[in-house]
Amino acid sequence: MSDVKEVVLEYVQEEYLEEDDDIEVTYDTPLISGGIVDSFSMVSLKRFLETRYKIQIPDAKATPEAFDTVENIMVLLKEFGVE
Amino acid sequence: MSNIGSYEEKVKNFNWGISEAELGYKAGDNINIGYFCSDRICELGKGDKLALIWQGHAGEVKKYTFNQMRVLTNTIALYLKNLGIEAGDRVCLFLDKVPELYFGFLGILKMGGISQPLFSAFGAESLFTRLEDAETKAIITQKKHIGKIRKILADLPNLQHIIVVDDDGSKPLREKEIAFHMEKEEAVENFEVYASTAETPSVLHYTSGTTGQPKGAQHVHYSLISQYITAKYVLDITEDDIYWCTADPGWVTGTSYGIIGPWSNGVTQCVLDAGFKADSWYKFMEDHDVTIWYSAPTAIRSLMKEGVETVKKYNLSKLRHLCSVGEPLNAEAVIWSEEAFGMPFYDTFWQTETGSMMICNYPGMKVKPGSMGKPFPGIDATVLDLKTHEPLTSKGTVGLIAIKPGWPSMFRTYWNNKTVYDSKFINGWYVCGDRASIDEDDYFWFVGRDDDVINTGGHLVGPFEIESALLEHESVAESAVVGKPDPVNMEVVKAFIALKPGYEASEELELKIMNFIRKKLSPLAMPQEVEFIDKLPKTRSGKIMRRMLRAKEWGEEIGDTSTLEDDE
Repeated sequence: MSDVKEVVLEYVQEEYLEEDDDIEVTYDTPLISGGIVDSFSMVSLKRFLETRYKIQIPDAKATPEAFDTVENIMVLLKEFGVE
Repeated sequence: MSNIGSYEEKVKNFNWGISEAELGYKAGDNINIGYFCSDRICELGKGDKLALIWQGHAGEVKKYTFNQMRVLTNTIALYLKNLGIEAGDRVCLFLDKVPELYFGFLGILKMGGISQPLFSAFGAESLFTRLEDAETKAIITQKKHIGKIRKILADLPNLQHIIVVDDDGSKPLREKEIAFHMEKEEAVENFEVYASTAETPSVLHYTSGTTGQPKGAQHVHYSLISQYITAKYVLDITEDDIYWCTADPGWVTGTSYGIIGPWSNGVTQCVLDAGFKADSWYKFMEDHDVTIWYSAPTAIRSLMKEGVETVKKYNLSKLRHLCSVGEPLNAEAVIWSEEAFGMPFYDTFWQTETGSMMICNYPGMKVKPGSMGKPFPGIDATVLDLKTHEPLTSKGTVGLIAIKPGWPSMFRTYWNNKTVYDSKFINGWYVCGDRASIDEDDYFWFVGRDDDVINTGGHLVGPFEIESALLEHESVAESAVVGKPDPVNMEVVKAFIALKPGYEASEELELKIMNFIRKKLSPLAMPQEVEFIDKLPKTRSGKIMRRMLRAKEWGEEIGDTSTLEDDE
């Protein structure tokens, strides 16, 4: 299993779910379209990825679609050599 | 032919009595928004008509007729009354866009309570500020949001009931928490609606200002007179329409035009409880044959990024009228919507304090892309000289947008803050806090805020609230918060921070601070950029000069620096 995938999933679970939230977030859970991460919070998720993996994601690539699931995020990260 | 017909003719012949007559209301009658949005529609023979088509993020759909809504709002009203909630008590709705939010809003009004909807993404501190100020007695919420309430409960002695609408028994409820399942409760067919009158308080919407914490703009049941007729004329709602307002009822658009305006007009409306995704939004409109769509510039600009090709994948032929609200709609977006949807978005300007639309574009009236439009019939709007506060007579000169007080939905006070309320009225005018000019054709053109309030994604955030929260972070010695330009959201929050000794600027610390504010206040308040600086620019008296920081972000002239502490 990819460490990166696990790291991203854990970050989403820790940062965007409430303590008493029962929602199970998996690699395929819709984050943006599912209302777990809104468009403003997406900025902090983008910043986390950039800071953690020392990459710069252009705004044009930081779309709700690209961030909608952990799987989608992995596809995006692959473009920057992170897997 | 649109409902408003000729705007020019309507302006000459309009008075609020027209709206009253259509609603069957006359001065001195009882008036209750909950009744007018449900019971009255049923009495008009439309009980079997669909009121709400609700869709969740997983695609599940629930439909409710006006009669079902009437009964469910009765059920909620009686439940609250039996809990000991009394007329005038504040009841908060802290919910995602689920049916309980919409029906709860009306149920609270039906029993005479004051409805206090709050955006469910608010963090514990933002929630606390608003509940404490309003001395809220009960809060209706979901399991996922209980944690935030538990964090602050000990400091809210007035909060007696935490009503959980989706408890499944998997975890024990705690102190003051009770489970309530709207559709499993015994249905209440008949409920004696509270005999509210025109000036009975109805809704409390919190809104941010430059200084101090957010303030509760308090409205009354008579606001219905404005909301009903503006929905009819500006949104052009008719009996056969299917209407979608994308706004969350935590904000005034979501109540005035996501509940009161449309349902008092007896129209079917759709609600999508999901995050933004262009394809999902278009599919939703295609699936439910949406004809009128009221959205916001931030969403429209996000849709623009996805392009016209995405629109064309869907059959949106039923769409006939589009309106926008929250911040000025840039000309580019208006032009794009003509290409994408075959019609422009009609911009509308109004505020939490005004309760209903003030300056708009109307069906049948020429749209000037980028313009706010013209005053709604019955609204006397102008721009005032910045210094004298007299109405400007020269066209094209920038002044303060102002409205003659007295329209039905004008807020009646800021809760617990009459002093600030009174300060909004200058020289016989309600002053909005925004600047604009009026052109030769009497169209208004928005320029910007007249204060330090940040309009991000169509929502106002006050710098003071964010700066106060930043000071609670262990690393922050001083902070100043301004809006910086953003192509999608118009502005986003940027924080300038001077660190305490022992802390070093880094990307990791920036991210920590961003998340700190996001969770404490809200995603809207979260700085999208943090700039660490040694010292904030201040006047000799120690006041932070936010305008200098803002001017730099916007590429504007910095202006007078003679009062600057270190004038270098």
